Amino acid sequence: MKTALITVLLLVCCFGAGTMVEPRLGALELYRRHEGSPIKVLLGESRRLFAGQSFAKADAYFHSGMYPSIFDNTGGKKASAMTDAARGEKGGDHVERFLGEPRDIIDRFSRSFFPSEHKHLGEEKHEEHFPGDGHDHQEHEHGHEHGEEHEHGEEHEHGEEHYEEAGGKDVREILPWLQLTAELDPNRIENYVVGSFWLRNKLGKVAEAEQFLRSGLKNNPNSYEMLFELGRIHDENKKDVTRARNLFEAALARWRDQNSKKEEPDNFALQQIAMHLANLEIKEGNIQKGIALLEIVKKVSPAPAAVQQRIDELRAGKETGSAVNGSAEPVRSAH
Amino acid sequence: MKKSFAIAEVVVKELFRRKDFYVLFIITVVLSVLMAGVNVFNEPSVARYVKELCLLLIWVSSLVIAITTAARQLPVEKEQRTLFPLLAKPVRRSQVLIGKFLGCWLACGGTLVCFYVFFGILSMSREGTWPVLNYFQALLLHWVMLGIVTAFTILGSVMFSAVSANITITFALVAGILFLGRHLNKIALQLGEPLQAVVYGIYYLIPHLELFDVRDLIIHNWPLIPWGVWLGALVYGAFFTALFVWLGCVRFKKMLVH
Repeated sequence: MKTALITVLLLVCCFGAGTMVEPRLGALELYRRHEGSPIKVLLGESRRLFAGQSFAKADAYFHSGMYPSIFDNTGGKKASAMTDAARGEKGGDHVERFLGEPRDIIDRFSRSFFPSEHKHLGEEKHEEHFPGDGHDHQEHEHGHEHGEEHEHGEEHEHGEEHYEEAGGKDVREILPWLQLTAELDPNRIENYVVGSFWLRNKLGKVAEAEQFLRSGLKNNPNSYEMLFELGRIHDENKKDVTRARNLFEAALARWRDQNSKKEEPDNFALQQIAMHLANLEIKEGNIQKGIALLEIVKKVSPAPAAVQQRIDELRAGKETGSAVNGSAEPVRSAH
Repeated sequence: MKKSFAIAEVVVKELFRRKDFYVLFIITVVLSVLMAGVNVFNEPSVARYVKELCLLLIWVSSLVIAITTAARQLPVEKEQRTLFPLLAKPVRRSQVLIGKFLGCWLACGGTLVCFYVFFGILSMSREGTWPVLNYFQALLLHWVMLGIVTAFTILGSVMFSAVSANITITFALVAGILFLGRHLNKIALQLGEPLQAVVYGIYYLIPHLELFDVRDLIIHNWPLIPWGVWLGALVYGAFFTALFVWLGCVRFKKMLVH
């Protein structure tokens, strides 16, 4: 009886203390930390340290598990096919030959026990070719040099073409890691752009892509990359020209704010934004505005002659809003 | 061998009477099912992250079961003084040790079957496929790897004075080999002589446990490992297991039991 009474007394004390302390603590800034997601509560700001690993994991999944470790020689290349595709870049250069030729008998034998052939999700396997074996990955992907000028009818869908092969529905496997990366580091802009690209392009999940971008924009309201990507959703998927134009213009304005004074501005992003906005204006019949934007593209494009040719055609009235040649994809100078 | 199997039977029964396996199995099931319930952009068939987590838990659980069970066998028998009546029977010390090893290894095999059946069901519920042969290859490689670890732990139990020391050292070595084993040759090549020769020597000397870790192949639905290569890995594992068991027998024969 005595034990039971003491237990009840202690329980009443605990309850009483709880009702007194909890409302006071709840009002404190420190206590609000406990209202976040489990990851945020558990790791606090240190969670950002793991965001890189989580993003790399998504890339490893994109390569079906074949990914260099810290001990592998990647030749300093950090490019990722998953990210390149999202940025509209050709990923020909990213092919990791980090494994090289087997160094010894154990190395040779062990390659059957882990993913040692390069492939992307949903793609047929690509054997890892060694230098000098007569297989130049870049050659048979491109078929031509990027420095060449293109007829603008064929200008420039390389990034998209290549990644038509990759992905498919299997690309969904990278999504949990991108979602986790957003939880770990809400300021990692690249993560939102990559996630949105794969969600809308390969999985047809436009609403989810938009929601993901909007959650990113809440944390990074000045990101021109995300505004541009959101503009593409409204332009290409929702066919909402007015919103797309507003978003592209906002992206252009943000780009100018952040890059105009930089020594090495992000010209590729400018090229993309201006090209998409130009195409949209031309499609809507605002030829003069389109030409003005193409002039911006010309300044930063590695193939200015092709852009000039298009401007000339627009001026000559060969191209109208109803017959737009060429893709919105800009040429990437890195090739 | 009959006597060894009789001892092994007792060990298997002991493991299934203990709660270690059940607790670890339930934790694996609960965590895997919880992770499978996470909404990933309204895409219900995302499977690989669940497979990865489940396999990781299976690997950790199986190593915990194998190492803690094997490390306890002889020291506990000594502590409870049941080893003396056992050795007083017409049974050789090597038979006792082999029996202990076999018991632990078979018990690990039993637990692995339970874990992999659960993994297969979970995986099928997400992906709709049941690649039995791939799972069979992975399970057997995993089991052979546990054989090496069990044999090494049994050897440790006749070499180290305390169970805790044996468990800690074995865990550290196993983790080290699993993380670094594959890369030791690359590290060696970056070193100057004579360190390069030493590290490369260690590379050839250690049991490459990472060979048996084919989780990435299972997670990313890679095709079957060529059967010849797979068989080679089993033989490789069998040699190391035999080596550690033999060394354990030699040490146990010379050991003073008091």
